[in-house]
Amino acid sequence: MSTEEHVTSPTEASERPLELTNNFSPGESNFIKVDNFKFFYGKKEALHGINLEIPSRKVTAFIGPSGCGKSTLLRNFNRMNELIPGVHHEGDITIHGTSIYDPSVEIIALRRRIGMVFQKSNPFPMSIYENIVYPLRIAGQNTRSVLDETVERCLLSAALWDEVKDRLNDSALGLSGGQMQRLCIARAVASRPEILLMDEPCSALDPIATAKVEELIIELKKDFTIVIVTHNMQQASRVSELTAFFYLGNLIEFDDTRKIFTNPSMKQTEEYITGRFG
Amino acid sequence: MTSTASTSPSNFFSDAGKKTSVLRLFRNHFLTGLCIALSLLTLVPLFSIVVLVIHNGFPLLSTNLFTQLPPAPGLDGGGFGNAIVGTLVMVGIALGFSIPLGILAAVFVNEYASVSWLASTVRFVAKLLTGIPSIICGVFAFAAVVMTTHKFSALAGGIALAILILPTILLTAEQALLGVPYSFREASFGVGATPFQTIWRIVLPEAMPAIMTGVMLAVARAAGETAPVLFTALFSQNWIKGIMQPTASLSVLIYNFASLPYAYHIKLAWSASLILVALVTLSNILAQVIFSPKHH
Repeated sequence: MSTEEHVTSPTEASERPLELTNNFSPGESNFIKVDNFKFFYGKKEALHGINLEIPSRKVTAFIGPSGCGKSTLLRNFNRMNELIPGVHHEGDITIHGTSIYDPSVEIIALRRRIGMVFQKSNPFPMSIYENIVYPLRIAGQNTRSVLDETVERCLLSAALWDEVKDRLNDSALGLSGGQMQRLCIARAVASRPEILLMDEPCSALDPIATAKVEELIIELKKDFTIVIVTHNMQQASRVSELTAFFYLGNLIEFDDTRKIFTNPSMKQTEEYITGRFG
Repeated sequence: MTSTASTSPSNFFSDAGKKTSVLRLFRNHFLTGLCIALSLLTLVPLFSIVVLVIHNGFPLLSTNLFTQLPPAPGLDGGGFGNAIVGTLVMVGIALGFSIPLGILAAVFVNEYASVSWLASTVRFVAKLLTGIPSIICGVFAFAAVVMTTHKFSALAGGIALAILILPTILLTAEQALLGVPYSFREASFGVGATPFQTIWRIVLPEAMPAIMTGVMLAVARAAGETAPVLFTALFSQNWIKGIMQPTASLSVLIYNFASLPYAYHIKLAWSASLILVALVTLSNILAQVIFSPKHH
């Protein structure tokens, strides 16, 4: 792809001041570490003590039947679940060594370092341009040249530049479903995060748009640690290197994607993958 | 499709001319007709009011109405410029109080504390207040403002109207905020926005057209109310000199002049009605044009 030279390079990323900590080195094997993590909606325990280590610059897929807790865990990485009243957690999640629940961690800063793409594409009712620069504007960055540069960089990363470069000031709501989702990916990388969380990003897209987004995910993993929740088994096997299988709030199995899909160690995993339940 | 089905019993999709089928078709047409007839019926009173007001108010219509003061009883000529200005001033005061209060309360109730006891209390009281007769707002403002300042004034009238329209603005603003998809908030929080930034940059702009619809409803109500201003702003034969003076308003002018035995004053009351209807309509159209969503 011709976009490679435009996406964020690893050196560029590590030169930036890190709000969380500065002992991050690319390729770390326990980039996101989930430590005996329990999560409760009110009294209902949705996650029962999850232990998981997610490596950096790889795509990790979360699979499992609806209600198994995979989205819940994903949404804890950037503490989005805390928007829901009456939730609490036990255990810890660390991102390159710092607990995301450490009192010194600003939730705002955390979310700037962790981009999120949602199940239903959710562009703001603004122009394409303003959608992408929104994360910068809320951080107080209004310099025109910086904004222009960001829009081009992000649209190139999201493989959307050629399609929209002539209508940046048009409303984002005029884009097709697939384009909207790629715009949301562009917006998610605008604040130069290290991690991209994707919550079923293709479930509302047709196969062609899905293929484009998948291609993009594979391209993006050079620069981002990607965690993707998906109901689509083929998608997990196509885009991810590691797969975690969740069932009823437990992590059943976590291994190389190839192993999970060809020779899973757990019976439940095999039954789910072969379509016997779920 | 229905007509072919009924005329050709052999049609695969018809019930072969069964009685039930004919009855069903008849009932369908009858109820559709009834709905149309009743819809038209609701237009009758509205349409008659507009026709009557235009018919009776039109003869005196001239620029004099806007520039001149009401004539002394028994005399002809003159207008009610002071009442137009008075109504505008008092509606302006009412909006000045109730728009910020109403929208901020709606933001609090919907965005910050939607499940707290304070939010449910505010919601409950607002719903209760929408049902309070307007004269009670007048009595309250009389006791709270007129009695304490020892003056009938535009301010007192404005406050009475503000109390009257505050619940409408609050409740419509809350509905408007509820209408903003949660996914917008999620997207904004997801890129690290604070609640304030999310509300100010995303939620409020998106809700603005619907909020303004509520505000315009409130303007229409406030401009037309007589009871709250009747014994708070009283009335005045002269131009407004300050908001702490008794002030004329279109609604009280209509009330006063319509009960006078002078033909010219009654005609003036009709013209005032026409102007009032026109003002409300105009401000409605203006708000639609200014606040209509640009992106859809």
